[in-house]
Amino acid sequence: MLAYTLRRLGGAIPTLFVVMTVSFFMMRLAPGGPFDRERMLAPAVEANIKKAYNLDQPLVVQYGIYLGKALRGDLGPSFKYQDYSVVELIESGFPVSFEIGIAAILLAVIAGGGLGIFAALRQNSGVDHAVMATAMIGITVPNFVMAPLMTLVLGVYLRLLPVGGYGGGSLRNLILPTVTLALPPVAYIARLTRASMIEVLRSNYIRTARAKGLPGRLVVGRHALRAAFLPVVSYLGPAIAGIITGSVVIETIFGIPGIGRYFVQGALNRDYTLVMGVVIFYGSLIILLNLLVDLAYGVLDPKIRYD
Amino acid sequence: MTDAATSQDSTTLEEIAGRSLWQDALARLRRNRAAVVSIFVLSFITLLAIFAPYLSPHPFDEVYWDAIRAPPDFAQAHWFGTDANGRDLFVRTLYGARVSLAVGLAATSVSLVIGVTYGAIAGYFGGRVDSAMMRFVDVMYSLPFLFFVILLMVVFGRHIVLIFVAIGAVEWLTMARIVRGQTLSLKRREFIEAARAGGVSTAKIIRRHIIPNTIGPVIAYSTLTIPQVILTESFLSFLGLGVQEPYTSWGVLVSEGAAEIESAPWMLIFPAIFLAASLFCFNFIGDGLRDAFDPRDR
Repeated sequence: MLAYTLRRLGGAIPTLFVVMTVSFFMMRLAPGGPFDRERMLAPAVEANIKKAYNLDQPLVVQYGIYLGKALRGDLGPSFKYQDYSVVELIESGFPVSFEIGIAAILLAVIAGGGLGIFAALRQNSGVDHAVMATAMIGITVPNFVMAPLMTLVLGVYLRLLPVGGYGGGSLRNLILPTVTLALPPVAYIARLTRASMIEVLRSNYIRTARAKGLPGRLVVGRHALRAAFLPVVSYLGPAIAGIITGSVVIETIFGIPGIGRYFVQGALNRDYTLVMGVVIFYGSLIILLNLLVDLAYGVLDPKIRYD
Repeated sequence: MTDAATSQDSTTLEEIAGRSLWQDALARLRRNRAAVVSIFVLSFITLLAIFAPYLSPHPFDEVYWDAIRAPPDFAQAHWFGTDANGRDLFVRTLYGARVSLAVGLAATSVSLVIGVTYGAIAGYFGGRVDSAMMRFVDVMYSLPFLFFVILLMVVFGRHIVLIFVAIGAVEWLTMARIVRGQTLSLKRREFIEAARAGGVSTAKIIRRHIIPNTIGPVIAYSTLTIPQVILTESFLSFLGLGVQEPYTSWGVLVSEGAAEIESAPWMLIFPAIFLAASLFCFNFIGDGLRDAFDPRDR
């Protein structure tokens, strides 16, 4: 297991290198640039700006310069958010996104897993359909509809929660964004849990566990859930990476200073260094989380071996 | 009791008559009430979408200057009201169904075919093959999706087929990881070892033994891919890659409606009902199919 983990961590370096290289050239091949405005800049001014950011060099040279700096942990200055370096932007925004994201994931695993098990134990009954239909609300109602709807009802009409703002991270301000962020993964986790739970409950070892007189709660909780959670864990790797890096919709609607918006805004503004920064950051998270998922497989199903 | 007895009888009969898996599955699907109702509802929506131009006196792109953001009005035959540009929402919702259902189904099929095959191969072979294939998936996850979309647009121009390509290219990734995870667990089971010991070819083990046993999570995930794709399409349309005015889709209608949630709630409600109803139907049909194809469930 240790050897496998080390091998995978070693493999992360070439993977990240490929991600950086492909992203860099893909981004630069796309039309438009960070200093294109509707009103043309004076040619001398534009040339000076480009020179300051090394944009006047051939692309391959720029890539070399970027790579050299990135290896030393310098992701450059943001083109759009002037006076901030990309590292500063990520450092200040990520803790916020992470806090909300982790809370949302925990909520989704507990609620989704619970609903999935509950429905699987009552397969094809009215209760099953009702529970699954409720869980599906999270994915059928898109978050750009759900967020204003919840703000309207809980914030404006009932005045229970603040309509937006980060409020220095106070709990009351984080409830709505966390719940909204958690709803789609609740639907995914509930459906995946239900589907695999139904199959696992029919397997021989569950029948054995029941036959030896184990109470139903233990059969489900200890024996069935482990195997049934395998596809959920597969889903969780990429899902966690996506959720803890924030969501542009939720950050915009609730006024949360996270990093989700940089993914979309960076691309639309052609903020090259910011895009590369978030790509490297997100890529590292994906690689790390997928490694953790693969290690978790071994815990959930001891028969899984990597050799 | 009688029900259990008949199904017992039919099982024995099936074995004697040697009915195919498909006939068997169809018969079981027919007994699932939720799935049957869903198939009817979805067929109905599809028929509405196909015959949309004949169902309303209004063309989908006609602007009614005197009825901008008008609430549902039966006298004028604006059954769902009109949108912010004064176009009839009933016809637009049905035209939106064409794009959304087509994109949803096509992109989900792509993700199904590529994701399941890719995941099963990576998981079954394991070792270096698995490492290489899964690192490729990690790279695909990490690439900036927006630039991928912009580049596609630059190279091929604006075309609706590109939506399928762009969405299909990302939607298979999680499917592949789920199937690979299941395969890693399945390939150590006794029946796979038995098949291998019996000299069954690798391709056949993957096709006949591994893939059918991943069907539960695969169908559950596919039914979630459809709404995901329909919403991604609305995002791409917003960026200019998806459907362009005057054409529309459910995703676009819903996001336009969300902006008018207080001033013109019908702009959100009607497309949202169609979207939600179809998604629930896909959901129940998916569950029905899963049950119908489950070899252990007789």
